[in-house]
Amino acid sequence: MTIPALFGLVLAGGASTRMRTDKAALQYHGRPQLRWAFELAMKVCTASFVSVRPDQRDDATRASFPQIVDRQPGIGPIAGISAALLEHPKAAWLVLACDLPFLTERTLQHLIAQRDLHKVATAYRSAHDGLPEPLCAIWEPAAREPLLAYIATGRQCPRKFLINSNTALLDLPEQQALDNVNTVEEFDSATAALRPQDKVARPGTGKTVRIQYYAILREQAGRSDETLDTSAGTPAELYAELRQRHPFQLGPAQLKVALNSEFSDWQTPLKHGDTVVFIPPVAGG
Amino acid sequence: MKTFSFSQGPLTPDTYRAELADAAAGGYAAFEGWVRNHNEGHAVTRLEYEAFEALANKEGERIVAEAVARFGVLQAACVHRVGSLAIGDLAVWVGVSSRHRAEAFAACRYIIDEVKHRVPIWKKEHYVNGDSGWVNCERCAHPHEHATG
Repeated sequence: MTIPALFGLVLAGGASTRMRTDKAALQYHGRPQLRWAFELAMKVCTASFVSVRPDQRDDATRASFPQIVDRQPGIGPIAGISAALLEHPKAAWLVLACDLPFLTERTLQHLIAQRDLHKVATAYRSAHDGLPEPLCAIWEPAAREPLLAYIATGRQCPRKFLINSNTALLDLPEQQALDNVNTVEEFDSATAALRPQDKVARPGTGKTVRIQYYAILREQAGRSDETLDTSAGTPAELYAELRQRHPFQLGPAQLKVALNSEFSDWQTPLKHGDTVVFIPPVAGG
Repeated sequence: MKTFSFSQGPLTPDTYRAELADAAAGGYAAFEGWVRNHNEGHAVTRLEYEAFEALANKEGERIVAEAVARFGVLQAACVHRVGSLAIGDLAVWVGVSSRHRAEAFAACRYIIDEVKHRVPIWKKEHYVNGDSGWVNCERCAHPHEHATG
C-alpha cells in the first residue's frame, strides 16, 4: 500500500477560558507557542497547517500561517481534525495541540517511527491515566469516515473516539512530553520547569515582584522594600535592573538570593507575585 | 522553647538553660557571643544586628536539627539578638544538653559556626571616630574575624 503523506495540524482554536489569555500566544521558548509548535510540526511533516475557527482567521497570532478552518465550529478540537481530514483526504495528520510546552521533536519522531498504517490512528498513552492522547497523534485517512459518523451522532470527544476505534497505542518515551497547560498556575509551574535559558513572559502582563532590602542594601536603596513591575526573567536579571536604580556596590558573586523566604538560585525563573531578597554577606554571632 | 529564635531585648541564658533540662543529660555546654570593644584595629562603640527573620528562623532551625542528628545530643537551642547592642552585651547564646560532654561541646561549636556562615543576620559596627560599617560587606576584599566569638 502507498504510505499516506504526513501533514501537520496544530490546534489553536480553543477559547483558553481558564488561562484568561490566548494559549496560542503564550511564550515558553522565546516565541509564541503556536509558532513554536508549528515549527516543530514542520520539522517532521511534509506540510503543516494551523487549525482555526472561522472567526480566528485574521487574528494577529494566526493570520500568518497556512490555515484549515473549522467546518463545524463550536464542537472543540474534533472540528479541526475532521476539517483537516476532509480538506486533504489522502493525507495522514499529525495532530498537535499548541499547549504542550514540554513536547520534543524526539517524542514526535518516535510516534512517526512507530506509526501503524493499518490502524485508524497511532497515539500515545497518557502518562497520567493510560488513555489515548488524541492531540499528539497521527490520524490516518481511514479515520475520516468513522470520525464524521461519530460527530454526526452528536459526540465530540476525540479521546473517546480513539478509545473505541482501532488505535495503535504507544508508551511515551518522555513522561512529561504531553503535560499540557490550561491555567495560569500551570503556566507558571511549566515555565519554572523549563530550562532557565528559555525566556519566560506572560504576554501583555509584566510580572510584579516585591523586593525586600536588608542591611547595606537597605541603606543604599534608601528603603526596606519596593514593589516593581519588571520584565526580568530571573533574580540575576532583576538585580542588574535594580543596580540601574540604586547605588549597589556589591556584585552578584557576593550575594545570595531568596525567593519567597527560601534560599534560591540566580537563574530560577521569577514568577508574578514573588518576593525577592538579595542577601549580602552575613555576619551573625 | 523554639530551637532557634531572635530577641529584641537582652538575652537571658538562665531561662534558656532551664529549658534544656533533661533527666538523661549528664551535662550542658553553652556558648555566649559578647560584643567586644574592637574589631580589626578599630575601636567599636556599639553594634546593630539586623536579620531577615522569615528565612533566618528556618535556616537556624535547620542548623540546630543538623547538630542534634549529627552529634546525638538531647536538646539544643540558639537565641540571637537583634537591634542595638552595647559593649559587653550578649549577641548570641547557644546551649546543648547531652549524655556526655564531648558531643555537647561539639554540637555547640557546630551550631555557632554554622549560624555565623549561613543565617541571614547582619552586623553594623559603630566606631569611636563616628564611622560605621556593615561587617563583611564594605571591606569584602579583606575577610576578617568577627566581633564576637
